[in-house]
Amino acid sequence: MMENEVKEKAYHGQMHRIQKELMMRWYSQLDQAEETGTPVVYMMVSGNCVELLHAFGVLPVYPEINALQLAIRNQSLPALLKSEEIGYSSDNCGYVKADMGSYAMGNKSSLATKIPKPSLILCNYVGCSTYIKWFEHIADLTKAPLYMLDIPFVREDEPSSHDIHYVVRQLHEVVEILEKQTGRKLDWDHLRATVKMARQAEDLWSQVKHFAQHSPSPFDAYFDSTTLMGPLYVYRGTQDCVDFFRVTANELRERMHNGVGVVPNEKFRIVVEGPPPYPHFRVFREMLARWGACAVASTYSTVGGIWEFGFRHDPNRPLESIAEHMLNHNLANRNFLQRYAQIKRYIEEYSADALVIHSVKSCRLFSAGQGDMREYFTRDLGIPTLFVESDLEDPRYFAPAQMRNRIDAFFEALEHKKFYRQGGTA
Amino acid sequence: MFIDSVVDQWKEKTQDPAFAAVTEWKERTGNKVAGYFPVYTPMELIYACGMLPVGLTGAGNKLEIINADARFGSFICSIAKSTMELGMRNNLSPFDVIFFQSICDTARNLAFLFKRNFEPDLSIEYIHFPQNMDSAAALEFLITEYQRVLRKMEGLTGKIVEAEDIRRSIRLYNQNRAWIRELNSFRQNHPQSISASEMYILLKAGHFMSPEEHTVLLIHVLSDLQQRKVTMRDTIRVVLEGSFCEQPPLELLQALDEAGCYVVDDDLLLGRRWYESDVAVTGDPIHALAEAYIEKSVYSSVRHDMKRTRTEGLLKKVHAANADAVVFCIAKFCEPAFFDYVLLKGALEREQVPHLLVEFEEKMWTFEKARTEIETFVESLLFD
Repeated sequence: MMENEVKEKAYHGQMHRIQKELMMRWYSQLDQAEETGTPVVYMMVSGNCVELLHAFGVLPVYPEINALQLAIRNQSLPALLKSEEIGYSSDNCGYVKADMGSYAMGNKSSLATKIPKPSLILCNYVGCSTYIKWFEHIADLTKAPLYMLDIPFVREDEPSSHDIHYVVRQLHEVVEILEKQTGRKLDWDHLRATVKMARQAEDLWSQVKHFAQHSPSPFDAYFDSTTLMGPLYVYRGTQDCVDFFRVTANELRERMHNGVGVVPNEKFRIVVEGPPPYPHFRVFREMLARWGACAVASTYSTVGGIWEFGFRHDPNRPLESIAEHMLNHNLANRNFLQRYAQIKRYIEEYSADALVIHSVKSCRLFSAGQGDMREYFTRDLGIPTLFVESDLEDPRYFAPAQMRNRIDAFFEALEHKKFYRQGGTA
Repeated sequence: MFIDSVVDQWKEKTQDPAFAAVTEWKERTGNKVAGYFPVYTPMELIYACGMLPVGLTGAGNKLEIINADARFGSFICSIAKSTMELGMRNNLSPFDVIFFQSICDTARNLAFLFKRNFEPDLSIEYIHFPQNMDSAAALEFLITEYQRVLRKMEGLTGKIVEAEDIRRSIRLYNQNRAWIRELNSFRQNHPQSISASEMYILLKAGHFMSPEEHTVLLIHVLSDLQQRKVTMRDTIRVVLEGSFCEQPPLELLQALDEAGCYVVDDDLLLGRRWYESDVAVTGDPIHALAEAYIEKSVYSSVRHDMKRTRTEGLLKKVHAANADAVVFCIAKFCEPAFFDYVLLKGALEREQVPHLLVEFEEKMWTFEKARTEIETFVESLLFD
């Protein structure tokens, strides 16, 4: 059964080198921000308006990225313990707790660089209610001004014109604040150019995502997407981002044409729902890869935006298209049943064999109701579905032996179903 | 006494997972019923449509969870699971529509699970409350949101609602809230005369009747309470904080009483008060309701207004009630309340107000540990 032990060295191309450079440059700019006098705006990843920030030349800080970096580098536990000492419940979101704990411990990134204090805390309330709490707590600690950018949740099929109008009006208020803080008027031509560059990167990112429709898939749309998402969120709206995704698309296209799969001997094509267990990222990846399972699509990679179904920012309607992105074209602000439809579409369009739900304790936006989701996919659609639980930040909730057992049992059954029953041989 | 029989009667009815009181109301009036999950639901609009708004606050410890556990992960609050269980067991059949609001991510996902599992037999409505209270755009947004909901309710009942219908409804709820405030002020002045659990049952009874009927009940209760003969005990005066959505078991409220706490204010069911003062009855009533949410809504962990912060709200409440301490009574896995706990406890410590945290679940069976903790807390303050 287990002929697929992963021994090959992971692929490292130019895309990985550039990714690293870009992220290091960002951390270094943040480290220097107070000396260079560059304003920094704290913001969240889900459907945000980073284009507006780039149009003003201010730097984004993403507390989520800081938190997940701590987890992936095995540095989250001390920060989590510190937060519990302050009074945070063991059941609160681990991202927030690690961030608050880390703040109390000197506010350094996982690379030991300085995270500057915010000039503005811009809470893009896009689906995740915890964002509101998180940014209120940051405001309480830093005393920086907080703007609550309220994005109405998608509660009918589409956002209404009132919803869009409401968000655009608020974006105008954000522009006013940024004009005051930077001391200069918004250059609308520059904003249009920024939005145009966002659009170019989105075209390329969408192309990359579609490469996974090819079998074998040249990249893993769950694990590798997290690497690609860094530049997408930090640099979207800049030429650096366009260049990075051009290199990435070229490299992955070449691998696809050469028939090189990211998982050696791709045997199972899976869709993954839910954020990764960052504190055990590699272990989890290996648990799946040893079965030849490759993620061909993932919902987590659409938290910041869903572009593979066609949405693009529009330089001719910069604020309106930013509003539409925040409202309707990211996973976080779309409702739970729209997520079912998104996954169903992935399964069909990416020829997936199964759905893997990684349910995380921290994030109720993702996890509340995932049992019903499993019910829908297994009972109503007949899609083999694996449901596993751990956390995105807290290493204490990952039980390796149990996780491995569940994964092994699932793929053993799936193997039987796919290769023996369908093949008609025993 | 009248109050004892009312409390006894409603103790059963308010905990009845079969909602017999709702069926009885429906049969008596022939009207439709709208359930609402916590909180801030515009009851006035629902009532103006000729429907009875009925508060849905889970199933407490009166319903075994057989089906709903499997629909959620492990880390989800009890109220979401027991509410789902009510639906899956067909206990919500007396209801025509259920309202959910943007209070937290769990409540929101629950709304869409309801849609998938129970529509079209049950209509599901979801309201997004603006969280950017500082923006001038928020009021306009909420007005359009209420108009959208009203149009859908008109579709459901087949009846066009006039502005005067809504104004009449607002008047009745203003009156009801005034009497609730009256009862609250009575218990602050005479905390020995009404226990926390009695107060809670009397408020919750309002979930199952029209505002007129509830007002009449409160008027009778208040006059009866004046006659109650009781003696003061050695106790501390506490504000109960954190139970605006999932409700603590009655036994826990009783444990608070028995352990020596006079609860002089609380946020149970948000007291059905929801607004600090009357909603305007002149001008456009939808505008008035939207404005009331933005300008006058009672604070809670799921409403964010930087002009009227929750820390200020709690401190004001503690001082107004002349309370000695705060007991945080928070449901397990309640993300908004646990996050706020950190900020609120900081504010209390700065003001040197003692506080205690008690975590609960609907299915909590033993109260000894909680009682001992509360007793120790009370003693430490009494003998300080």
